[in-house]
Amino acid sequence: MNKQASALHNLDEVRAMIKRHKMNDQIFSIIGLIALMVGLLTLLILFIDLVMDGYPKLFSWDFYTNFPSRRAANAGLLSAWVGSALVMIVTFISAVPMGIAAGIYLEEYAPKNWFSDFIEINVTNLAGVPSIVYGLLALGLFVYILDLGQSIVTAGLTLGLLILPVVIVATREAIRGIPVAIREAAYAVGATKWQVVYHHVLQYSIGGILTGVIIGMARAIGETAPIITIGALTFIAFLPPSPVTSTAPFLNFDWLTSGFTVLPIQMFSWLSRPSADFHVNAAAAGAVIIVVTLLMNAMAIRVRYKMRKKIKW
Amino acid sequence: MNTVNQVLKNPMDMQISDRLAKNFRRNLIERGIEFILMLAALSAVFITIAIVAILLYESFAFFEHVSLVEFFTDTQWTPLFEDAHYGIMPLVAGTLTTSAIALMVAVPIGTIGAIYLSEFASHKTRETVKPILELLVGVPTVVFGYFALLFVTPLLQKFIPGLPAFNMLGPGIVIGIMIIPYIASVAEDAMRAVPMSMREGSYAMGATRFQTAIRVVTPAAVSGIIAAYILGISRAVGETMVVAIAAGQQPTLTFNPMEGAATITAYIVQVAMGDLPHGSIGYQSIFAAGLVLMLMTLFFNVLGHMSRKKFREAY
Repeated sequence: MNKQASALHNLDEVRAMIKRHKMNDQIFSIIGLIALMVGLLTLLILFIDLVMDGYPKLFSWDFYTNFPSRRAANAGLLSAWVGSALVMIVTFISAVPMGIAAGIYLEEYAPKNWFSDFIEINVTNLAGVPSIVYGLLALGLFVYILDLGQSIVTAGLTLGLLILPVVIVATREAIRGIPVAIREAAYAVGATKWQVVYHHVLQYSIGGILTGVIIGMARAIGETAPIITIGALTFIAFLPPSPVTSTAPFLNFDWLTSGFTVLPIQMFSWLSRPSADFHVNAAAAGAVIIVVTLLMNAMAIRVRYKMRKKIKW
Repeated sequence: MNTVNQVLKNPMDMQISDRLAKNFRRNLIERGIEFILMLAALSAVFITIAIVAILLYESFAFFEHVSLVEFFTDTQWTPLFEDAHYGIMPLVAGTLTTSAIALMVAVPIGTIGAIYLSEFASHKTRETVKPILELLVGVPTVVFGYFALLFVTPLLQKFIPGLPAFNMLGPGIVIGIMIIPYIASVAEDAMRAVPMSMREGSYAMGATRFQTAIRVVTPAAVSGIIAAYILGISRAVGETMVVAIAAGQQPTLTFNPMEGAATITAYIVQVAMGDLPHGSIGYQSIFAAGLVLMLMTLFFNVLGHMSRKKFREAY
């Protein structure tokens, strides 16, 4: 009788223990969710803070069509967003074709030897180099050795170098997802390697590559440190010459060597002024930058999601 | 003989020689394309060489004026002053302090987040949460600088009276929040690489999810989790805008987070904002500082990737 009672008592203890441990599970999953929400919550607070601080400027048309000014009330973003757009053109042209080509080589052509390993290590390593070091490279190489000055082409090339590893890695990952059977089918009907790559591999991986390109460009548009390092923190109250002209040959390349400012630089310059009036402008500029980069990132995620849904191997 | 001649004149055979010629052209084009693609891949090597060459070249010029002993032992960094001192230690101290604060924020939160994502979250939760974390990575750092200077620091001043407007605590915390997604995703990768059979063994013994996560999965993935921390340090060390905006730019040799200080990156920004003549000692000093920064991040990156490789090989 006594023995049975203690067994029952033990059973209760065991049940209590199980309950306790199950409770721990519940508690941890709540803590885990909260831990992940810290990031999201910060982003939300940050955005609300920017919109509230920059409210008077954010919804006024003048803010987007005015040049920067010595008076906070008149200062606008015109030269900054035009500069950002022009710099992005150079960045896109310099980084995207080269990055995709490098990704294709590493994934489809490179033999498995020390040489390919060496290139791979370099790509991985470049992805981890702080962005300001790219700025130092650009200051030494583009500004002084190649004598391109503190111009749009310098900034575009600098950001191009910066996002090159992003494009390479995205291209490789996208290509890696394509089954060998696709390639073998193309080879079987007599296609050459390049025909296989161009007509099949590249066509099917374009979604993944595009995702990487958009994420890279979003990163480039928000980068500040390397642009400051090349010495571009100046007061720009003019627009670079227009890249498109009304007379033949319709294209004009003078804008490449023009001085410029970009959105994050403009924000930083307003932010580093002691006067709180300019902080309103900085907040509004920050909200604009966040909206642009978040939209680009959301677009990238959407492209990837759609591609994943559409293609089933 | 007759039949042979006939065969040779057969149009089919003409096609074979044509085809060989075409084949030759095809191979030539193929080779050309392969060569161009290889050049593109080599660009990564060229960029690395260019970075190292530029940093070393300007740093050598710098170290002709400044001895290595002075560089590493002097406790003041005032290259732009009349009474110039070239001791990198104040900048290194600032960098390490902000990075340490960032890690104190990011390591616990990132690790818990990774355990949750890998062991607790349903497939659907994971698919929703991960893109959101990616969004956070995409936010430009200059915006986080604004946040540190005009939101976090004023908030902290309510709890810590006497906290100066420029301090290392606020930016450190903000950098920490910035690197949470990074640490969480690398650590989660490591945990997901632990084979299912180990979890099943643990469940079979009656362990709960939490016990399995803490006592089985985490120890098995420890080298990968450490890799996540190390790569996180590397990010924090190289972070520029947040500290340049919110930590003040006064190089003081201190590890006290309540004080303002300059980091290596903030110093480079500060000098670049001024108009320093090419070839002056101030101009060269930012390359020397950049070299130190590059070596620090390289050290952490190599260590992190080695640690990461180790967990990949284990299973």
